[in-house]
Amino acid sequence: MSLEVALEHRFGAFALDVAFGIERACVTALFGPSGAGKTSVVNAVAGLFKPRIGRIVVDGRVVLDTEADVFVPARARRTGYVFQDARLFPHMNVEDNLRFGWRRAAHRMDEHAIEGVVDMLGLARLLERRVAKLSGGEKSRVALGRALLSSPDILLLDEPLAALDAGRRAEILPYLERLKETGLPMLYVSHNVDEVARLADEVVMIADGKVTAQGSVFDLLTGLGVAAVGAVLETRIVAQRDGLTVLGFDGGELVVPEVERARRVRLRAEDIMLAREEPRAISANNVLPATVVAVAPHGAQADVLLAMGKARLVARITQASARRLELSPGVPVFAVIKTVIIDP
Amino acid sequence: MTDLLTPDEAEALLLSLRVSFVAVFAALPFAVAAALWLSRTRFPGKVVIDGLIHLPLILPPVAVGFLLLVLLGTRGGLGGWLYQSFGIRFVFSWTGAALASALITFPFQVRAIRLALEGADPGLDAAAETLGAGWWDRLVNLTLPLAFPGIVAGLITAFAASLGEFGAIITFVSNIPGETRTLPLAIYSALQSPGGEAEAARLSLISILLALLFMTLAELAQRRMKR
Repeated sequence: MSLEVALEHRFGAFALDVAFGIERACVTALFGPSGAGKTSVVNAVAGLFKPRIGRIVVDGRVVLDTEADVFVPARARRTGYVFQDARLFPHMNVEDNLRFGWRRAAHRMDEHAIEGVVDMLGLARLLERRVAKLSGGEKSRVALGRALLSSPDILLLDEPLAALDAGRRAEILPYLERLKETGLPMLYVSHNVDEVARLADEVVMIADGKVTAQGSVFDLLTGLGVAAVGAVLETRIVAQRDGLTVLGFDGGELVVPEVERARRVRLRAEDIMLAREEPRAISANNVLPATVVAVAPHGAQADVLLAMGKARLVARITQASARRLELSPGVPVFAVIKTVIIDP
Repeated sequence: MTDLLTPDEAEALLLSLRVSFVAVFAALPFAVAAALWLSRTRFPGKVVIDGLIHLPLILPPVAVGFLLLVLLGTRGGLGGWLYQSFGIRFVFSWTGAALASALITFPFQVRAIRLALEGADPGLDAAAETLGAGWWDRLVNLTLPLAFPGIVAGLITAFAASLGEFGAIITFVSNIPGETRTLPLAIYSALQSPGGEAEAARLSLISILLALLFMTLAELAQRRMKR
């Protein structure tokens, strides 16, 4: 699946001038601060907004080309749109909401697909429920299911978690991860680095109406990249023991609080400690050998880029510590990471 | 009913209900179309159209009746053509009374429906569009069901107002017992005949009770809409 987006538009004093292309990506995040123009981009892809100049190609199908006067209306674009505010139809129950898009799909999935989606999103108990009686998290899941069942070519998610509190977010994220496993392409708008780190494959950073950077989530969010967050590790489950899970990644193993499914782990740079010698008799479960690749000082702090097999981690320490440990490229160190600090 | 009312009075009551019923339901599709037009579009001269629709609220009903008579009387331009070509005649007929009532109460319906339409979340319409619903589909399955309480409130208010219409009816279709003599016209007629005060009082009481009943229903429908 490929996606090609180029738009130019003016909203009063705000100029939107965005262009990016995705060759092969499962989940593409449009990442940037609020008011950067992310929603306008997604609305243009959905056909809810027509830019002054633009060209949008979804999987080889030109849905917008202002030069050639092509504008496929929203109802024929086959995009599943999950809005921040869910936008469920209040006069229908959950099941009728789910079937709304299913019934109108150009290539309707068979009846069993509904059960599949209902199971995946845990909606079986809610089918008869009126929309007004749903919690915020339940609304998000129904909105997700409704969009999925319309057999979209691409799923557009505009900050689907922004309206939820932290608890609800943690409840919905695993559903989004499961959705990702189905292989459906997604364009995911977010200003939350956690969500992007956990879900995205490709990241397009947008600020003030312009694309400021684009690359894989590992390139942009790890290393000393523009939006470095420490580390994003793709993992698999190696073992379960003592109520803990051992996750393997390219470069080592990580002991984390018990998880049932392998998933991406995001480590914050501030949470990684460095030692020149292997500490023994230490409470931290993770003491991982690594090599310093680079040291980037800023102010009183220093970001230390580490190589651990193929994985790249960043540890944020003080300049004073970096000097004391005499850190420079090529120096072997041990990264110390507490298990309890890792989000399960 | 015959115990409480004379046959003439019962006839006036039933005629009133029939005229009002036909008036509001015949006007409903036009009211929905007008409300959609006014709530969804912006165009130069919208204020004028808005004013025209609301005109019957302010105009003396007698003037409305007179205009209808000029336009639709069998010797009028449009009325003559309708009568000659199709045998359709509004003057001196209860359908004419319904037409006059429909015109007078049209603004009540447009107002209520428009309020409901403008109160609906436009985001829902966009959501339905991304789910593959076209214009007509969204109108029938989303817009109108969501505006339903407003439509009901408009219908009831218009119905109640229609029951009280006098000037336009008597001017346009005259005062014919059993054909165009609705409740208000019957009250007026009773007062014109000597010793008719008791009848007028009874008919007035019925009018008051009907108006109260329908205004209460309209209020209940409005409250449902707010929820």
